[in-house]
Formats: sequence, structure tokens, C-alpha cells
Amino acid sequence: MAWFFSKSSDEGIVLTSRIRLARNIDGVPFPHILDKDSAKKVVEDVTSAILDSNSAISKDFDVINLKDITLNERMSLVEKHLISKDLINRSDISAVMINKQKNVSIMINEEDHIRLQVIYPGFKLKEAYELASKIDDLIEERITYSYDTRLGYLTSCPTNVGTGLRASVMLHLPALTITKNINNIINTINQVGLTIRGLYGEGSNALGNVYQISNQITLGLSEEEIINNLIAVTNKIVEKEKKAREMLLEKQSVELEDELYRALGILKYARSISTQESLELISKVRMGVEMGIIKDVNVDKLNELFVNVQPATLQLLEKRDLSPKDRDIVRARLIREKLN
Amino acid sequence: MLCQRCNQKEANVHITKIINGVKTELHLCDECAKQSEDINVNFPINFGMPMSFQNILDGFVEMLGGAPKTYEEEVCPVCKMTFNDFRNKGRLGCGRCYSAFSQKITPIIKRVHGNIEHTGKVPARTGGELKLRRDIQRLKEELKIAINKEEYEKAAKLRDEIRYLESKLGTERGE
Ligand SMILES: [Zn+2]
Ligand SMILES: [Zn+2]
Repeated sequence: MAWFFSKSSDEGIVLTSRIRLARNIDGVPFPHILDKDSAKKVVEDVTSAILDSNSAISKDFDVINLKDITLNERMSLVEKHLISKDLINRSDISAVMINKQKNVSIMINEEDHIRLQVIYPGFKLKEAYELASKIDDLIEERITYSYDTRLGYLTSCPTNVGTGLRASVMLHLPALTITKNINNIINTINQVGLTIRGLYGEGSNALGNVYQISNQITLGLSEEEIINNLIAVTNKIVEKEKKAREMLLEKQSVELEDELYRALGILKYARSISTQESLELISKVRMGVEMGIIKDVNVDKLNELFVNVQPATLQLLEKRDLSPKDRDIVRARLIREKLN
Repeated sequence: MLCQRCNQKEANVHITKIINGVKTELHLCDECAKQSEDINVNFPINFGMPMSFQNILDGFVEMLGGAPKTYEEEVCPVCKMTFNDFRNKGRLGCGRCYSAFSQKITPIIKRVHGNIEHTGKVPARTGGELKLRRDIQRLKEELKIAINKEEYEKAAKLRDEIRYLESKLGTERGE
């Protein structure tokens, strides 16, 4: 979980930067219609393209066949953003390669044969793309990609064709949410070919005030243009979040201070707490710390909690399956231990 | 043009629907378009509205003329998927499907991306080879024309260039 634990940058507003490249093997049907033997060969070919290469990177990777791990372990990988739910849905044929630093994952037999992902803490889209592109080249030394000179990289769904690139940032926007400015931002973003959605929870209800913004268009723009667009928009939003926080501070309202300290109080002393409530409260305390209102809480601990309070990861930490009721009790204990 | 529903605002959402062979045109303003549920389902694409690719596709296929049987004869030679399968699943079967269904896929791609020309990364190994092949093909056609026109000097030049590129292609593939 290296990516979530490192020191915050950009005042903690940009949580992570993520790059995902979709690639397919020439002449092989896409995973959704692929028979088991051919799917197995895809896994073998992709894994050996990395493991047998002479690159220094190759020694970093572990191969996990999804069918060999428990449902909890699979879900925890989703909670850590290392794999997608779609990969789990194809557990009989899918695999993932994850590096030691846990910031690169290569999903095999997801919607496409290869979904290569690099996730970095903070605002580092260009660096993440550089690494992804390097690993992409390494795979391509041995595997002939499905590529068309006009349409670019061919993908199972036409929404990914061209660069096959999905670049995204995860943003923590509590002040914009509290001041209700987030709705304007959502409307504006949709107009410039980007999408925004809440990271946790369904639809526009963004639990923990964490949002993900990503490019929607993958064809006709170069990778650099796509990334630069996202960087420009992200900078604007970060600026707006900072402004919203300043405005909140200027008011010097007891109400705000009270709300943030109450959040901390509940986290420190609750005996049972849901995922949803804990994410909301952690978000508030995190903002309080970043704004200098709350002084004696470590942001890195809060970042860690963002991931660890989620159901599958929580059960893995506890090393046993828990009923929903027990989960809430264990979650409260875990948070207390972390914050007291 | 004014919105057909509220008759007040400028219509900037234009929809052509073909249902049972009857073409209907609908011109709405942004607000009325958002409120109208049947448009949310069938309207081909609008980045302002969150919708699944399947919705986009459904709307678009409907715009193309609707009836499933129109697509039955088109089968991808590699994966055997039909355009109708793509229509139902929203996923293509293999890379070859793109050229097999090119006529119907191209307008969909253009709708989604606003573009149909890749300008990004080219795979280092195969991309170079593809480009060489394409260049050789083009030169061969030029050579044919030159010979037909009895432009032998030009033909000789083209021949040399083709030989050079073919030797380069050989080295690229490690032959
Ligand atoms: Zn109207
Ligand atoms: Zn096909």
C-alpha cells in the first residue's frame, strides 16, 4: 500500500495519480469470448514477457492467479485500487502481476488482454505515464499488439480505442463539497471531455469527499495532450479547493471547528462504526489537520485509515471473516488504536 | 430554432429517431433534454450526461436504422462475432472486428471521441514494421502507374527504394 502511505503533497488535495493502458494481443479474441486454454496462454505469454525480459523491473513482479486467492483477498486488492471488479468477475481466467512497491499492476484477461496500471501518491501523472510506457515497451518486445495505423491500439470497447489511455487523479475536496461548489465543477468538467465521480459509494454521492477525475476521450489526442489537459483541470480544481478552505478559515466559525473536533471525538471513542460514517469523519479530520485547525493528528495515519476501514481490507487485517455487525466493532477498535 | 417542448429557449440538442421505419426529429433545449427520460435513454451521446456506453450504442444503432436483421450477414473472419453481437454486448470480439464492421463502427467511434485518427504512441517494434509495409505498398502502386505510363527512369528509382525498404523490413524482423 505504498502509494497511500507517503507524505502528502499539494496540501494533500491530490491523493493519487493513476495511469492505465489497455492493450490486446494481435489475432487473439478478446477475453469475454476467449476459451479457457487460449486464456491460459495469454496469461503465460504476458507474464513471461515481463519475467523473462532482461530488464531490472522484471524481478519486482509477483504473479497472482485470481482463482488461487480468497474472495476477501480479491476485494482487498480492489479497495487498494490494484485491480478492478471486472478482473474479479473473470476470476476463472484472470491474473494480475503486482510489483513489490505495489504501485504497478498488470491485469491480464480483464476487459482487454492487458490492463497496465501505475498508481503514484500525490500529483505525478507524467512520472506515472513514463513508467507505464516503459513497461508497455517491455511487453511489446515479445508480444505483438493489436494495433491499427489509423485507429491506434484496438480495444474490446470502442470507448478505449486509440491510446488505450485512462489517466486519472483522486482528489480530496471537502471544502468544495461543504460549500456546495462541487456541483458547478462537476458540470464544467463534463463539458471538457473529462469525467468526475465519487470514488466510494454510488453515483454523485461521494463518500469521504474523494473524487476521481479522468479523461473520457482516448482517440485523436496524444498521450501527452490527454495528460496535460487533466493536469490543467486538476490545477484549477486544487486552486478552487484551496480558496474554499481559505474562505472557511476567514469565517473563523466556531461551528466549523466544532464539527471537525466532533468528528475527531467520534473516531477516537466510538465502539461501533460503519464504513460510510468512518470515511465521512476521516475526511473531516483530514481537512481540519490540513487547515491547521486540528493540530495533534498525523495525516499519514488518516490516509492509511481511508483504506484500512474498508470491509475486505479490514477482514484481512483481522485475519478472519466478520459479520457486518462485528466489522463495525472491529473497525471502531482499529480507528481508536490508530488515533489514541 | 426554438425548443419544441418549452418553446422558449434555443434548441441545441437535436435528435433523429427512427422507430419502425418512421423518422422523427426532435429539437430541444439543454434543460428539456435533460428532463426528458426517453431522450436520456436514446440520445446517442452528450458528455454532459452520465450514461453507459451501451446507452450510447443503443441510441446510435437505432439512429442507423434499427432492425437487428440488417446486420446478420456481417461476421468477423477471425472471432466469428457479428455486428449484432457487438450491438448486444457493447464489446467487440477481436481487433479484426474493427475492420470487419468498419462502416458501422467508424461513425460510432467518431461520435464517442469526435475523431477517428490516432495521433499518439506507436508500438516500437510492430509499429515500425507496419509503417514500412504501408510505405512499400504505396510505392508498389506508384511503380505500377509509372510502368504503365512508360516513365522508366522514375520506375527504376521506385524499384530501388522498394528494395531498400524491403531489406530494412527484413532486418527489423531479424531475418
Ligand atoms: Zn425547452
Ligand atoms: Zn473479431
